Amino acid sequence: MRLALTFIPLLVLFFLVSCEREQRNFRAAPPAARSESLTQSQIQPGQAYTPPQTKNPTEYKAYELSQGKQLYEQYNCSGCHFHGGGGIGPPLMDAKWIYGGDPQNVFQTVIEGRPNGMPSFRGKIPDAQVWQIVAYVRSMSGQVPKDASPGRSDSMNTRSEPEQLVEPTVTKQAGQPPSTVQSK
Amino acid sequence: MQRLRVVATFSSYRILLNIVLVFILPVTLSCTRKTEQVGAGPQKTTQPTGAPQAAPPDDGQWTMPAKDYASWRYSSLDQINSENAKNLRLAWTFSTGVLRGHEAAPVVADNTMYVITPFPNILYALDLTKDGAPVKWKFDPDPAASSQGVACCDFVNRGVSFSQGKVFMNTLDGQTIAVDAGTGKEVWRNKLADINKGESITMAPLVVKDKVLVGNSGGEFGVRGWLTALDAASGKIVWKAWSTGPDADVLIGANFKPFYSQDQGKDLGVTSWPQGAWQYGGGTVWGWISYDPETNLIFYGTGNPGPWNPEQRPGDNKWTAGIFARDADTGQARWFYQWSPHDLHDYDGINEQLLMDMSINGQTRKVLVRPERNGYVYVLDRNTGEVLSANPFVEVNSSSGVDIKTGKLIYNPEKEPKVGQVIRRICPASPGAKDWQPSAFSPRTGLLYIPHQNLCMDSEGVEANYIAGTPYVGMNVKMYSASDDGHRGEFDAWDPVQGKKVWSIKEFFPVWSGAVVTAGDVVFYGTMDGWFKAVNARTGDTIWQYKVGSGIIGQPITYRGPDGKQYVAILAGVGGWAGAIVAGDLDARDGTGALGFVNAMTDLPQYTTKGGMLYVFALP
Repeated sequence: MRLALTFIPLLVLFFLVSCEREQRNFRAAPPAARSESLTQSQIQPGQAYTPPQTKNPTEYKAYELSQGKQLYEQYNCSGCHFHGGGGIGPPLMDAKWIYGGDPQNVFQTVIEGRPNGMPSFRGKIPDAQVWQIVAYVRSMSGQVPKDASPGRSDSMNTRSEPEQLVEPTVTKQAGQPPSTVQSK
Repeated sequence: MQRLRVVATFSSYRILLNIVLVFILPVTLSCTRKTEQVGAGPQKTTQPTGAPQAAPPDDGQWTMPAKDYASWRYSSLDQINSENAKNLRLAWTFSTGVLRGHEAAPVVADNTMYVITPFPNILYALDLTKDGAPVKWKFDPDPAASSQGVACCDFVNRGVSFSQGKVFMNTLDGQTIAVDAGTGKEVWRNKLADINKGESITMAPLVVKDKVLVGNSGGEFGVRGWLTALDAASGKIVWKAWSTGPDADVLIGANFKPFYSQDQGKDLGVTSWPQGAWQYGGGTVWGWISYDPETNLIFYGTGNPGPWNPEQRPGDNKWTAGIFARDADTGQARWFYQWSPHDLHDYDGINEQLLMDMSINGQTRKVLVRPERNGYVYVLDRNTGEVLSANPFVEVNSSSGVDIKTGKLIYNPEKEPKVGQVIRRICPASPGAKDWQPSAFSPRTGLLYIPHQNLCMDSEGVEANYIAGTPYVGMNVKMYSASDDGHRGEFDAWDPVQGKKVWSIKEFFPVWSGAVVTAGDVVFYGTMDGWFKAVNARTGDTIWQYKVGSGIIGQPITYRGPDGKQYVAILAGVGGWAGAIVAGDLDARDGTGALGFVNAMTDLPQYTTKGGMLYVFALP
């Protein structure tokens, strides 16, 4: 009886914790392109203005991130950027962002392409998948929560842990998650 | 003991020709000169060893990257010799304004030097008659910037060719352009490659008679390789030979007589592949072409099959990773030999082939010598494609040798890459024992001077998806030095007759530059940490070295200036596949970066920085 009394609260606690598990949205509703966050310059004539950062909801979910990791290989992103170190394309695991490191910037980079060799994947990858790839790409430089970040690859050890993990800062201006995924 | 003996018939012919030239009317003389220039290659192949006086008169120019059709990169200029080379001084410099890898050879003709940069492929003409060689003109071909995204291994260009008043150049986005050498005006341009299929062009065109030979790059993008001949006057395609597919596309016809049975049969370019895979099977032609005017044959190699992952393409994958001999006029194939059938490790077969006449077992054979990526120096009968010898010049464990009877490379099954499995220590690594960087041959020493790597690798197959215009590789690679002391490059003198090393210089980084050797018995090459070196061709002793601004991966040349002095020129500017970590600012923490080369070059950024600059040296 005393044994049961000890175990029942433990069991309850266990289920409570389980309830806190992350929710998977199998039909993710990521933010649509928001032009106000797309700034390629740090110079703003007149008053300085901080563009609102976009929130990419997929970044906080281990499932989405691991999907992104898989898609990163399958769409041949790894063919040019390898496992973050770069080669044909620039590295993704370092702190430099040529065309902006906001999730929205990375999304646009994939969709629009960039002039010096980045192909445009417009119409080739569904938006929801692009957001998963964006989340994974940002995870390479430690821009996503560590507990959601994909673990070490079970393939060839290709990547060391980034030296400093940056906790995400969700800004107030991030706005509401958009209501619909833009369909193609 | 066999000795390299070269037949004298051609040199006596050459002397006779010169005597005749002296006595003939100037008008006839100029006409004869032109024809002679076209056929200059093979006569060079017949210099007797150890007879310096018999060296042919050198016009002192350097009109194509390989110097001549035999691809010897040998200059008979001897003002700079192994005694006085220690006094070499910087004569003048020229900044190209481009920061990527400079693999090109400068070209010198009519007292003008022509220098092409990596993308954006700007062509400069420098006036050698004036102090400091000012810019005579500049030609900007304006290639598509997106082409940078389909260049596997930095945005390199391996040089231009000069012929009859025109400079022929290729652009990264797949164009061949003829530029008027006097004015710098465009004569014609032809778009040959499609970047949307992953094609680009990095090789140096070769002019043979009235044709310009050009091949494509993109072996890491699942392209289908080809070599095409353009009419030098109009730029129109005369013939095009694909490296995979049906015989009609490969220009295989009645005259095709490969030496070995595995290369005989109908449509092997289709049947040695899984259904349809030949359409994106690689076999690109991004390396060197040699030409033998006597038989009117051109010789060139084909690149790796696509994808790298060999499990996705069972079969011999013809006609990739091999060498073709073709009729220069029609493009019809004469013979083919496959260095690496069903290539397992990205051993492209595109290296230079040096044409020479060699005495083997008392018999004079017309051969071509090929230091090959798979680790062997091959000697082939250039008329038949028969393998006469194949000797390893580095540590090789991916294969155990070449069966001389069947011509087949004997693979080591333990080193075959597998999907989902990491195979450790495969030697040589993917860039091979030696990559594109061309060697030189001196008829005075009878030695081949080979710049090369000393690398092994781990590799792991992964499934490659074909998406046109994106990489098609399917292999994770990490390279590292083959030796415990960590040296990753070597510069060797090799006796092609004995098939053995005569001397060897260990270099810290891969020797990714070409070589040039002179009648002064001096060999020049550069290192990736920026040393330009003059070495005694007989002993391998370093005579002189000069530290340039950025690592060297270019091809040295030597020429006679308008003042009669001998000059040596080299483009510095680190990059290329080996130097991608610096040229592309790659992150050293990911060893698989740049197809696994980053892992072997993590310390390069501590030794050199970017910067394209031409350096020209002379004696005081």
